[in-house]
Amino acid sequence: MSALSTQHLLGIKDITLQDIQLIFKTADNFKQVINRPIKKVPSLRDVTIANVFFENSTRTKISFELAEKRLSADVVNFSSSSSSVKKGETLIDTVNNILAMKVDMVVMRHPAPGAHQFLARHISANIVNAGDGTHEHPTQALLDAYSLQEKLGDLKDRKIVIVGDILHSRVALSNIYCLQKLGAKVRVCGPPTLLPKFIHSLGVEVSHNLIESLQWCDAANMLRIQLERQEDKYFPSLREYSLQYGVNLELLKKLKKNIVIMHPGPINRGVEITSDVADSDQSIILDQVENGVAIRMSVLYLLAGKKIE
Amino acid sequence: MKRIILEYQQVDLILTRICHELVEKHGDFKNAALIALQPRGVFLGKVIQTKLNTLFNITTPCGELDTTFHRDDFRRNDKPLIPNVMNINFEIEGKDIILIDDVLYTGRSIRAALDAINDFGRPASMELVTLINRKYKREVPIHPDYVGENVDSRTDDYVKVDWNENKCKVWIITDKSK
Repeated sequence: MSALSTQHLLGIKDITLQDIQLIFKTADNFKQVINRPIKKVPSLRDVTIANVFFENSTRTKISFELAEKRLSADVVNFSSSSSSVKKGETLIDTVNNILAMKVDMVVMRHPAPGAHQFLARHISANIVNAGDGTHEHPTQALLDAYSLQEKLGDLKDRKIVIVGDILHSRVALSNIYCLQKLGAKVRVCGPPTLLPKFIHSLGVEVSHNLIESLQWCDAANMLRIQLERQEDKYFPSLREYSLQYGVNLELLKKLKKNIVIMHPGPINRGVEITSDVADSDQSIILDQVENGVAIRMSVLYLLAGKKIE
Repeated sequence: MKRIILEYQQVDLILTRICHELVEKHGDFKNAALIALQPRGVFLGKVIQTKLNTLFNITTPCGELDTTFHRDDFRRNDKPLIPNVMNINFEIEGKDIILIDDVLYTGRSIRAALDAINDFGRPASMELVTLINRKYKREVPIHPDYVGENVDSRTDDYVKVDWNENKCKVWIITDKSK
């Protein structure tokens, strides 16, 4: 197999099916590495990576940092809350300053959709998108699809439903692109106020009926209700949302088939899914977290092999 | 120009000789194990493993070691380095490990292999089997313990070990355009 078709991972939309398959195949090797007594390889020992987070993150940041350390890269962490961004420094100045310290790769999370494209045009480092506003979160989509593939086998013609807040979710958009590239059938399900207007143009099915969607699918990705992005009220109350679109064990039992339950985290227990569902055998939430490190190692390794001219 | 330097039968004889040498050193292989290097050493490893069994009734595991993540030419080479499968499902701590590769040339793959093995534990000792020992361009101080054939080749020559199921012959290609 050849190399990645891109020097940056800005979004799933820009990469090819071959890229996704190469990332998965390489992740298999890294999964083996992180399950060994010595969970580290020296591949990126001469690479310095800056984790630049303009938005809060625990899981993604830790996952990236761990992936970088497992690859022996040098890591610098930067978060906007404790930096000169507060003093009015622009994005490009901030990142150029970091690059002047000879950084080879930048992993960035930024609230503005497209911030990474802007950066990729202006600086000479491999850029990995760790989430840009409500646009894309490519590594999350890759680890979701990788975990699903581990559970279900080939995803071609498999049916996946993404439930919840599609409007504010970068995970949803990246997931839709990724699953469709792998040949899966994707449906989104949620209250009409939380589905974006253009959703039909992505070629997904749309439903507002959770039970019917669960009957239809092989796997359900339960998105988090992003309370921090909802200045306006999109539904009357969390309790009502949970009654209409929350999954509990009773509901799963009624389906008379075993579907896979996923969640990108952090879980609002009792809102999107109840605790007993999150901790059930059908849930692959913790597999997703483990695979997250392997997928991110794979992405960083493959991008590091692509030198920036 | 392309010519054969070892035919199927010669390779077979050589591998039989190497198996004898291995048994002379390691006896019943109670504390020894084979580890072949991905990708091309694996064919050789399997043949040696089978031969040890047919000739001496010795059963020994043969691991597959991938050195991609330990290579020293990552980001220094235009070609992408894509890893292969790693398969070592036995304990190597305290064992006498016999590394197997088809061609020893610059020695850098073996250097990476010595590094990669450390991730699995600390063997009691390590030795190296190579079918072809190409001289004149060693870049690290590594020397094989069991050699099939020493080949004096120019640096722009190419030595090809051509596997056909469990047999192989060895070519030397002196004109790169072929």
